[in-house]
Formats: sequence, structure tokens, C-alpha cells
Amino acid sequence: MLGYRQLPKTTGNEAGRPMTHNEMRPLLSVRHLTKRFGKGCSFCRQPENLPPLNNRCPRCGTVWACNDLSFDLYEGEILGIVGESGSGKSSLVQCLYFDTSVTGGTATLSNYQDGETNIFLESPQQKRYIRNHLMGMVYQNPWTGLKMNFSSGGNIAEKLIAAGHFNVHHIQKRAADLLDHVEIPLSRMNEAPRNFSGGMQQRVQISKALANRPPILLLDEVTTGLDLSVQARVLDLIRRIQHESRTAMIVVSHDLGVIRMLCDRTMVMKQGRCIEAGLTDQILEDPHHAYTQLLVHSLL
Amino acid sequence: MQAKLKQTYNYAFLDEGSKKEIRRATLKAVAIPGYQVPFASREMPIGRGWGTGGLQLTLSLIGDHDCLKVIDQGNDDSVNAISIKKLVQSCTQVKITTDSERATLIQTRHRIPEVPIRADQILVFQVPLPEPLRMVEAKERKTKQLHAEMDYSGIWLRLYEDIVKWGKVSIGADYPALAHKRYIFAPSPIPRYDLPKLHQADGLFLFGAGREKKIYAIPPHTDVEPLAFEDYPFEVEHFDGCSCRRCGSTDTFLDELYDETSGEKFYQCSDTGNCQKRQEMRQADL
Repeated sequence: MLGYRQLPKTTGNEAGRPMTHNEMRPLLSVRHLTKRFGKGCSFCRQPENLPPLNNRCPRCGTVWACNDLSFDLYEGEILGIVGESGSGKSSLVQCLYFDTSVTGGTATLSNYQDGETNIFLESPQQKRYIRNHLMGMVYQNPWTGLKMNFSSGGNIAEKLIAAGHFNVHHIQKRAADLLDHVEIPLSRMNEAPRNFSGGMQQRVQISKALANRPPILLLDEVTTGLDLSVQARVLDLIRRIQHESRTAMIVVSHDLGVIRMLCDRTMVMKQGRCIEAGLTDQILEDPHHAYTQLLVHSLL
Repeated sequence: MQAKLKQTYNYAFLDEGSKKEIRRATLKAVAIPGYQVPFASREMPIGRGWGTGGLQLTLSLIGDHDCLKVIDQGNDDSVNAISIKKLVQSCTQVKITTDSERATLIQTRHRIPEVPIRADQILVFQVPLPEPLRMVEAKERKTKQLHAEMDYSGIWLRLYEDIVKWGKVSIGADYPALAHKRYIFAPSPIPRYDLPKLHQADGLFLFGAGREKKIYAIPPHTDVEPLAFEDYPFEVEHFDGCSCRRCGSTDTFLDELYDETSGEKFYQCSDTGNCQKRQEMRQADL
């Protein structure tokens, strides 16, 4: 692996404060995650056989969307994943949120069965439990993450109901709090998000993902397609959430500006592989891999 | 030279193989309360959607010692109830009754008789739409998966949106309920008034959907809980201050009717068999 640096441990807490045992231990630990589209053959199962600039096997046509990815996510930190389209960023978070199945690899959560179970091998019921209680996901396209013909409050309620809340009054109060938090006027709580602007839809999606106070939030290209001022508000919101609730986040973006603003640590992906990882500042100031250098230099 | 055609049917219309298949599906349904068991719905001499599911269950269960009652929305005398009774009788010669307490087998559309079902009685429902999740998920493959994983947030969300919009759940008949803390099932379009009768009952309830090819059951002494939020409890229909104009009862499910000539509103028992008995008792008292 070229230019692969040891991932330093950062927890995003104030400098000088001693780390507790809990903070030292990663919240999410992913090892050798592999996602392949296609059957694969004896040739491409050896990763070194794949051509360097391609993740498609020249013999059988299998696409290796994620190839042997390993990383840790600590409590309260924001991990950035950057790379061009087709590099496997979205496949990675979709695997983590169980939207698609993985081909191989393990992931453990320190707050799920004491971090001893590979969550990819759990039953669909257990996976649903993890999705509803331990994770939140914000998709690039709000139409994927929201039910557009239900009210905004109802969308948040769905997540709360899934986690076993059956009191209308409490659900409504929590939904109102969350929408207020993301600056959506309460007068529009009972309106369907299809009537909202793109930025508002994205904020409804964020509040839905936060409904159960998940320790991990996955954000897949949340600002793509929004205009600059709206982008800034969404980014502010994400920072505020991280500051207030110490939610650990994985931010997927092709935009280095977003990564620079949000992330403590960053992983650079290309062709399904992690080519460089480290502190965001380090990567932006002193990129090792030629592709990262290209990315940083193309940053306006 | 025209030979006279004479068709002879097997006892209870269906051939023995078909009856066996339906009974096997029924046994599985009884073993898993609320679970919809697929079965090979047969072509019947009435149209699909006119009670073929219930009729197949009835025909697969009926024997010489049975006494049959057929009701259509509580009514013994509707065209469909009469036709089904005639069909069953013409191929079995079983006794027919309108008295739910004398019947061993009751086929019903959209009502449960007022007198509770006993342990030696079976109530067969005609079901138009067996899938309670259909209103939130159109694909059969998906709803099967949702049931398997007990992922019921979709239908709960539907109830939540109702409460937010209208202040109450707007589902009248066919109110979804949870069978023995596992499967959500559609009780067929019975009024909410009848739903509590399924909970921890003595008798066996069988549901047959001919068009949708599904059989399911609520066995005796099974928990049946209508879906309801903690702060919006399940409510049944009330008939406060109303009474049946025929038997005078105030504790039965009443139909609201209008007099054709005067346009006057009046109420009448939906369960005609029970109403008849009460009228006779009232006569005897006088």
C-alpha cells in the first residue's frame, strides 16, 4: 500500500484532557471490508492482480467497489472519506448502514455486544436494531432517506416508532424539538417534505437521522447539489450537532472544502482502495500519494 | 342422439385431495396465529371476491354431523348468504340454521355473531384483503419480509399520520391487530366493535382469502391486540341512546337505516339471527 500512514488516534476533545478508557477504544472498528459487484474470479481475488488505475477485473468484469478497507471511528470524532465518483465511498457507507451486503470483512461496535460481534453477520432483525438504535444515515438524495408523501414530523416519527416509542405526544414533542434544532419552522411540521426546498429537505433528513440520538451518524454527500449559502448552513448544523452531542460521524464527500471544514481525520479513496489516511490537516498540507496531491492542487 | 349429461360432484363439492390440501394449510395457520399461509385456491362456482376463500374452508371442514349458518354482514337472508347455503346443502345435505348457538360451523362476511363463539364452534371469515401491510407496501415480496422481520414501523406510521391529521385513527372496519405478540393480521372488514371478541376467545377463527390465496387463523385463547398508541387507546363504535326497533336491544351492534317513505332514521340489529331470538323471547314474556 503506497503512502499509507498510520492512523493517529484523535478524539476531538479539548487538548490536554486525559482520555478515558472508553475514548481510547474505537466506537466502530472496520477490518478488511470488501464489496464486490460480480462473481469474481481466481485472478481478481488476488488484489495485487487488479490493474493500478482500475477496480474492474480485466478477465471477468467484476467491479471491486471496496477493496480491503480497514479503519476505526472514535467517539465524538468526524472521519472524512474523500475520493472521486466511483471510488467506493458511497458503497462503503451503504455497507455500514446495511443497505447492501458486504462481500467480506468485519465491523464491530463497542456499544453492541461489547464489540465482540461482527455486525455484518448478524440476523436481519439485529441489523435493524443497530440501524434504528445505534446509527443514523443522511443520504445524498433526500428522496432516498425520506418518505415524501408523509409529513416531516411523520418522517421523524418513523425512526422513533422503529425504536419502540408508542406515545404520540412524546413523539410529537421530540419531532418538534428536532425540527426546531435544524431551524425548520414548526408551522411546517405537518407538511410533506416534498413541498420543501432541497436544503430544507436535507435538514429534515438530518433531524430524522438524529431522532434516536445515535452514537454514529453517516453522512453521504450531504451538501452536494445545494447552493453555497445553504451548504454553509448545513455544515454549520453538522458542526453544532457534533459539538453538542459528541456524535461520531463519517462524512463522505468529493469536496475537499467540506472535508477540511468538518473532519478531524481523513481517508482518501481511489478505485475502491484506501490510498492515504491521516489527520486532515496533514493530508491537505503534505499529501504523499500522487492522487491526493492532484486532489489538493485542484482545490480552488 | 343426445345423451343426457349428468354431473355428479364429490361430497362437499371439492375433491378429497383439494380438501386435504386446504386442511393442511389450515393446520399450519392454527399453529402460527396470524401468519398467512398460502394455498392453492380452487375455482369455485361463485366468483372470486364473493366468498370463495371462506367457502373453501367451510367445504373442507364440513361433515354430516355439522350444522351450518351463513351470514353476510350479520344477515342470514342476503342473496349471497342464501346462495352459499344452497350450494353447501346441495352437495352435503347438512342441517342449516340461523341460530348461531345451534350451529357448529358459521361462515361469515364482515361480522361476528353477538353470542360468543363456543369451543365446539368454528367461525369462518370471508377475507377480501388478507395483507394488513398492503396499505403501506405494495409488493408481496416486501410485505413477507416485513412480517418475517416483524418490521411494522410502516403501518404504525400510517396510524400516527392519521392521528396527526384527524386527531384519531381513521380506520373503521378491518382494523389491524397483533396476533399473539407476533404477526399483525387483517381481521377482515369486521367493525371495530367485533375485534375484541377475537381476544382470548373459546372458539376457533379461520380466515380464507380465495382471490389472494391465503388462509390464516386465530386459535382459541390467543392474544389479539388492536394496534394503538399509548395515549390514543383503541375505541369501538358506540350506540349510545339507540336501540333496535325490532327487538329493542341496546347492547348489540346496530345498523343505521332510513325509512324509504318518511326518510326517518332508525336502528336495527345487524345480527338478524340473534335479533329474531330476542323478538321471540320478548313475545314470550308478554
